[in-house]
Amino acid sequence: MTLPIFSPGQDPGPSFSELLRRQNGDRPLLRNTGAVEITHGTTIVALRYQEGVIMAGDRRATEGYSIASRAIDKVFPADGHSGVAIAGAAGPAVEMVRLFQTELEHYEKVEGVALSLEGKANQLGGMIRRNLPMAMEGLAVVPIYAGYDLRRRIGRIFKYDLTGGRYEEGDFHATGSGGRDARTTIKLGYREGLDRAEAIQLAVEGLYQAADEDSATGGPDVVRGIYPTVATITVAGFERVEDTEVAQRFGELLQRKTSEGHPR
Amino acid sequence: MSMPFYVAPEQVMKDRADYARKGIARGRSLVALSYDQGILICAENPSRTLHKVSEIYDRIAFAGVGKFSEFDSLRTQGVRHADLKGYTYSREDVDARSLANAYAQALGQVFTHEMKPMEVEILVAEVGVDKASDQLFRISYEGTIVDEDGSTVLGGDADTVGERLKANLTDDLDLGGALQAAVGALAGAERVLEAANLEVAVLARTTARRAFRRVLEPELTPLLATS
Repeated sequence: MTLPIFSPGQDPGPSFSELLRRQNGDRPLLRNTGAVEITHGTTIVALRYQEGVIMAGDRRATEGYSIASRAIDKVFPADGHSGVAIAGAAGPAVEMVRLFQTELEHYEKVEGVALSLEGKANQLGGMIRRNLPMAMEGLAVVPIYAGYDLRRRIGRIFKYDLTGGRYEEGDFHATGSGGRDARTTIKLGYREGLDRAEAIQLAVEGLYQAADEDSATGGPDVVRGIYPTVATITVAGFERVEDTEVAQRFGELLQRKTSEGHPR
Repeated sequence: MSMPFYVAPEQVMKDRADYARKGIARGRSLVALSYDQGILICAENPSRTLHKVSEIYDRIAFAGVGKFSEFDSLRTQGVRHADLKGYTYSREDVDARSLANAYAQALGQVFTHEMKPMEVEILVAEVGVDKASDQLFRISYEGTIVDEDGSTVLGGDADTVGERLKANLTDDLDLGGALQAAVGALAGAERVLEAANLEVAVLARTTARRAFRRVLEPELTPLLATS
């Protein structure tokens, strides 16, 4: 493989996706006529708390009415201090995450400084915008982007629409097929200055309620030991919450529900 | 007497080589060496913002001497090569050797076909699981690539600095020891190099994904002081 050398007019600068496009040309449009089942569905949540942001996502991927996977990850570190959670068509979504991760690191290495949190959020918006033709064909990708802003010293959450429009959410957000149920649950339980345990509890409850209402969202699988992916993003960076702790929170939740008597 | 239209190819090459060598010798030196916890790269550099040593990929670093604009553009091309390869295949597939070969090709091409050669000498370093698997590749202005063993010096009066370095080196150097060996070699007997005049980075043998780390003044000054 040779060195990619460009004339000044063709130089893609610090953008990795631009570099990729110049090397490979624009990708052909995939047409989904509905004949092929695309892996879909999800609930992903993000909420702010004392130390930063919590992100969580369920583990189920569906293809039509079948379960395509019981243990896919939907929450990824975008870089040291931010994360991206994905909803929508699994294939393009995971690829977009990979491209986004490479994009952020590439910029940092070429320029010598990292992008600001908002700059990164804008980058992701651009990628979703470029995915619009595929989204119109049924391969939509809708992420939540959240991070710890080292300059402002707070957690920040960004949501997107299909056209790549970026909106900053104040305190929490949830999206995906179970997004509304999760959002309502979190809305009812949210307050300023939650601590870590409370925040994880609330995120987990949001996912639980979403799984209860949405067939495309998976609840905790105690038999197999598969729990939602939960991560905290604080001044210490992106850290995955251990399965043992998530399992514990779910255990407490289920106990509470059982003792209170779950409405049918 | 009319101007000669013909110049012997050997003469052309020799002129180009002399031109490039002069450009590189005019600048300051740079030292790279393997120590117990990784690879240390130490350059004499009074600037805090124009970096001679930079990250290319997870376990790969770049360093250059000579004309800054020229080796900095090589640096950017190296980052692009690595990220493209890592994205297209996987992160584990990116290695220093193939990048060093790509550099050698590019530099050789410029040396032969362009009006003037690049006045640069560059280093591609890759940290391994132990000292034996560390890699240091030195690529010259004309595209020759050398696989160095354990340590190397680029730019400035490389031979003199190299001799001083060999005298300072021992087995089982830690970061402090490696730094002192490197800085001692760069400075020589008459000078003292302060942290402000040095650019230091390491590729650490770590479980974290990215091995590259700059050693900045607050960390550097106490390490230089211990003797």
